[in-house]
Amino acid sequence: MAKHDETLEAQIAQWRSWLRRRPAIRPADVEELEGHLRDQVAALVAAGLAADEAFLVAVKRMGNLDAVSREFAREHSERLWKQLVTAPESPDETGQWASGETLVVVGLAAGAALAVKLPELFGYPPLVNVDEELLPFYFRNMSFFVLPFLATYFAWKRRLDRTACVRLVLAFAAAALAINVFPFTPGGHTLTLAALHLPIALWLAVGVAYAGGRWRDGGRRMDFVRFSGELFIYFVLMALGGGVLTGFTLGTFAAIGLDAERFAQQWLLPCGAMGAIIVGAWLVEAKQSVIENMAPVLTRLFTPLFAAVLLTFLAAMVWTGRGIDVEREVLIGFDLLLAVVLGLLLYAVSARDAHAPPDAFDALQLLLVVSALVVDGVALAAIAGRISEFGFSPNRVAALGENLILLVNLAWSAWLYARFLRGRGSFSALDRWQTDYLPVYAVWAGFVVVVFPPLFGYL
Amino acid sequence: MNISKDLVAASAAPLVLAILAEGDSYGYAIIKRVGELSGGRLRWTDGMLYPVLHRLERLGYVEASWATAETGRRRRYYRVTKAGRAHLETQREQWQAVDATLRGIWRAFTPAPALG
Repeated sequence: MAKHDETLEAQIAQWRSWLRRRPAIRPADVEELEGHLRDQVAALVAAGLAADEAFLVAVKRMGNLDAVSREFAREHSERLWKQLVTAPESPDETGQWASGETLVVVGLAAGAALAVKLPELFGYPPLVNVDEELLPFYFRNMSFFVLPFLATYFAWKRRLDRTACVRLVLAFAAAALAINVFPFTPGGHTLTLAALHLPIALWLAVGVAYAGGRWRDGGRRMDFVRFSGELFIYFVLMALGGGVLTGFTLGTFAAIGLDAERFAQQWLLPCGAMGAIIVGAWLVEAKQSVIENMAPVLTRLFTPLFAAVLLTFLAAMVWTGRGIDVEREVLIGFDLLLAVVLGLLLYAVSARDAHAPPDAFDALQLLLVVSALVVDGVALAAIAGRISEFGFSPNRVAALGENLILLVNLAWSAWLYARFLRGRGSFSALDRWQTDYLPVYAVWAGFVVVVFPPLFGYL
Repeated sequence: MNISKDLVAASAAPLVLAILAEGDSYGYAIIKRVGELSGGRLRWTDGMLYPVLHRLERLGYVEASWATAETGRRRRYYRVTKAGRAHLETQREQWQAVDATLRGIWRAFTPAPALG
């Protein structure tokens, strides 16, 4: 009898897991249907059937699960669209904790939104109408308006221990000190470079907080990569919404003869953008298991397109015999292009099932990596030529360093991909390589922020 | 005799409301009661009852609440609301009208041909 019960429980568990896979049937419905099934089985057993027979009859009477789930979907079509309002994860969980989190998020978002206005209290003009001389202040401090709040959110959410918190605070303080105390030449190259690299370095600090003290764990690092991509997508979506809001604000106030432009420029845009990052982070956190992740989908769409562009570019360069122009804008453009390729690679890796066998998309990915590698090599040759001709400058050295870092990553990724495609290595080696490599970017960015300015005399 | 799907679907809501008007109940018991009342002629696919109950709940004709049953498991009990009783009353009138009309014509020819 005990054995029968065990088999029955196993059968019911399996049936339940089938039911759970249907998006239109919620956990509460599953419980209700399971109760029904159990009542039915009990009644049939009482009528003299064996437990397994009773189970079969009860399942049959319950009906075809596809048809039942279709009926549920017809009645609850809203369930197929994931709700934005975040509900507690399980029915037993009280709403209290979730609303506590909402409060923290709202507080931090408000903090970030007000932080961008804080300098005005100390006599700085608002962000929009600063003149050339004061713009560098906002430019170099832009990381501090929002990243500390983001790090705080994760430190709170992951219950980060005290040592880690102190380290984070020290990292932020050191960065703030360096960027504000260095005697930069106004509008100088090292200032621009430092201001551009600071967010990258501090993003790693956010990552450490995100990982909640388990930064050494490759899986957590990959989660942080996923988080970054999803946050970016959420931010872009919110920015689009914010644009519409701004447009209507301006339009409706113009209709009654009031000019809302100053309000929009001084409050709506800067505060909204800062707050949106925190809210976006919270949405990604709350939705990570619910909404289909977008970054991998976009990766699949754009990997072939970027591969095609890079290959065409290389073909055109060979055909015309022209080298690339080593102007600063061009170099930055190339770095961004390679960073996008790296992003595509990273998201393809993050979304892939490490145990699945190689497929055509992996071959395409390898093609993309190899073509990026060649483009990177061309850019490096151009930079090296420029350096040997005109000597070292902060911009050239920064470009050299970035391209070398990308080159190393792409080259080793290509090697690992090739091994994987030929069945000689596992995909997880590639996964591990990417997560192990993440700190390199931040360390280099930190180097550009802290070492470059004194090295090049604050040029 | 199998009652056609359309008839089963059309009669589901009034039948469920009427059963609940007898007293609060839950899914399995409602199915059992349908079987008793129809003498086994009205067979529902058990799983299909729940979307119907949820629709009635959305329309405000029934209210549902979880309670622990004597078996120790949680059960979702349904109770008919005032709006549900009113709806049941109009449904009853409509069904009686249909029934009376059909009765009138059944008398005209016997035996009745098989329904399509």
